[in-house]
Amino acid sequence: MDVRLTAEQRQLRDAAAGLADDLGPGSVLDLDDAERTGRLEKAVGATGWRALRSDGASGVEVALVVEEFGRRLVDVPLLGPVLADDLAPGISSATVAVDGRARDTRGMRRALSVEGDRVMSAEIGPLVPGTDLTRHAAELRGTPEQIGTLSDEAAVRWRALAVVATSADLLGTARGAHTLARDYARIREQYGRTIGSYQAVAHLLAEALALVEGSVSVLRHAAWAVDELPPAEALRAARIAKLYCARAARTVCETAVQVHGGTGNTWECLAHVHLRRALTSTDLFPVRLEEIDRGLS
Amino acid sequence: MDFRDSPEEAAFRDRLRAWLTEHADAFPTAGDAYWARQGEWHRALHAAGFFGLSWPAQYGGHDLPPVYDVILDEELARAGAPARPSLGYLVQGLGRHGGEELRSRFLPGMIDGTERWCQGFSEPGAGSDLASLTTTATRDGDTYVVHGHKIWTSYSDVADWCLLLARTDPAAPRHKGISAFIVAMAQPGVEQKPLKMMSGVSREFGQVFLDGATVPADQMVGAPGEGWALAMTVVGHEREPSTLGFTARYGKLVRELVDHTPGDTLPPEVAWAVVETEMLRLHVRRRLSEQLDGVSHGPEGSLDKLLMTWTEQTVGHAALAVGGAGDPDLLHAYLYSRAQSVMGGTSQIQKNIIAARILGLGA
Repeated sequence: MDVRLTAEQRQLRDAAAGLADDLGPGSVLDLDDAERTGRLEKAVGATGWRALRSDGASGVEVALVVEEFGRRLVDVPLLGPVLADDLAPGISSATVAVDGRARDTRGMRRALSVEGDRVMSAEIGPLVPGTDLTRHAAELRGTPEQIGTLSDEAAVRWRALAVVATSADLLGTARGAHTLARDYARIREQYGRTIGSYQAVAHLLAEALALVEGSVSVLRHAAWAVDELPPAEALRAARIAKLYCARAARTVCETAVQVHGGTGNTWECLAHVHLRRALTSTDLFPVRLEEIDRGLS
Repeated sequence: MDFRDSPEEAAFRDRLRAWLTEHADAFPTAGDAYWARQGEWHRALHAAGFFGLSWPAQYGGHDLPPVYDVILDEELARAGAPARPSLGYLVQGLGRHGGEELRSRFLPGMIDGTERWCQGFSEPGAGSDLASLTTTATRDGDTYVVHGHKIWTSYSDVADWCLLLARTDPAAPRHKGISAFIVAMAQPGVEQKPLKMMSGVSREFGQVFLDGATVPADQMVGAPGEGWALAMTVVGHEREPSTLGFTARYGKLVRELVDHTPGDTLPPEVAWAVVETEMLRLHVRRRLSEQLDGVSHGPEGSLDKLLMTWTEQTVGHAALAVGGAGDPDLLHAYLYSRAQSVMGGTSQIQKNIIAARILGLGA
């Protein structure tokens, strides 16, 4: 039993973090900077990370890259294409569709989905205005066509990967929101002192960090389980991770809004961009508390 | 990365599981009944080779990697056995700050359970602000004479020895004038009285009155003035679920709550308790794995303490949801859970440490 990341996994994480730090949006204004998103798209395309699974990457590696992209609000597709690639490798510019709607669609052309044991593919239509300002949903055009089949086991495993990947995005966006708020608390002054020096503010940020650390621990197991445990157990681990990460992320993002005070409630503050992304990842491949069954580890 | 047992770990788990099938039910797991036989449980666990797993073999431990404690806690929970006795923080305090003479005299009895220990840190006037303690130890030839009043002293009623903090240099700055001693409890200058907790438990902790108690000068742990450093070592470990082994207690209780619940769907409080206990179990695995890198015990322990506290209190609320106020055992678990945000350093203190030392939010 040794649940540390391997040297290769740490390298992958650092590479994803570096790319996201360099080219992720640094402000709400940046979201509309087409020149930046163009460079970001080019950089992400060059990494090959959208085909991580068909390149043999584990659930852990997928989770690490998705987390780093969530942390810096990377606003070109990754999560959707990774899941599409796991479902049916080799289809270019493909993301996923859920509930009849394509997700994570910027620059994508086709959306894959699972219906029972069938893998379906549809063309992506016009954008749908949505909650998330960094990942766009779109309508499907025409009727989806079947492009493959999936065994029960493969379908459950894919579902586990999807739940893990959205959990990783939740962890990342929570971590990013926490850093944003901590940095603000260290410079914003009231009554002649930084607001972070007051316990009332500091304790909110301390609690939020504990939630982030708990999320790391529960997610790492679920990400490992995707490839290493029987599908039903992998899905159970993923559900537990998602419930924990989703609740943690919402609390952490709310803390980020609160610590920013009035500014935190304005459109120009990135805190709500994190919160919106978290809410969207919670609803994507959602898990209900009632799904926690009686089996115990 | 592998969450699975290695072949050696699996063999250990099998041996432990086999032993537990015969011994798990023999000991009470909560309340005064547990405390009354805790020493016996400690010695049985040690005699069977399942206690002190990661501690040095020369003192009665097993020199195993830290992750073996995870296996122990998981299997105790699964078997419905009592949690392992929590004294890793004392072992660490004495092991790191005591000289070889004190270590070889005292660690074996501490680890095998033949000598019982308590920790004399807190005082009525020195709780969170531990450095304001006023118990004094005054040198008189080859001994120190101790006067003072200690409180919240776990196991004071059965302890043979007390790891005690006392002020030896009243003129020194308050953190520097404190030294640590190993004080015999069975002597005329020491009187202990039990404290009854709100759960009704009266055999877990008490208070200790020191009125002219004596301690040989060579039972000072570390150098004069090293008491604060020892205290920081001890409380650092006292915050870690991996040291305390409480995950076994939470896991066991959650299993009982699940069994209590009819039907397929768990009540939301119980489902959350499942999620939180699983998180904490996996968090301990992660932390113990990180110790393989030689990660030292720093302020991160305060994050662990918060997570442990939230877990215990979530489980406590689940117990209340299942049993209401009328089920004595579940009510006991709920009431007991309220202490977790105070013992070993309050949640407020943990958040101060996280804010100042990890987040850099100092004044």
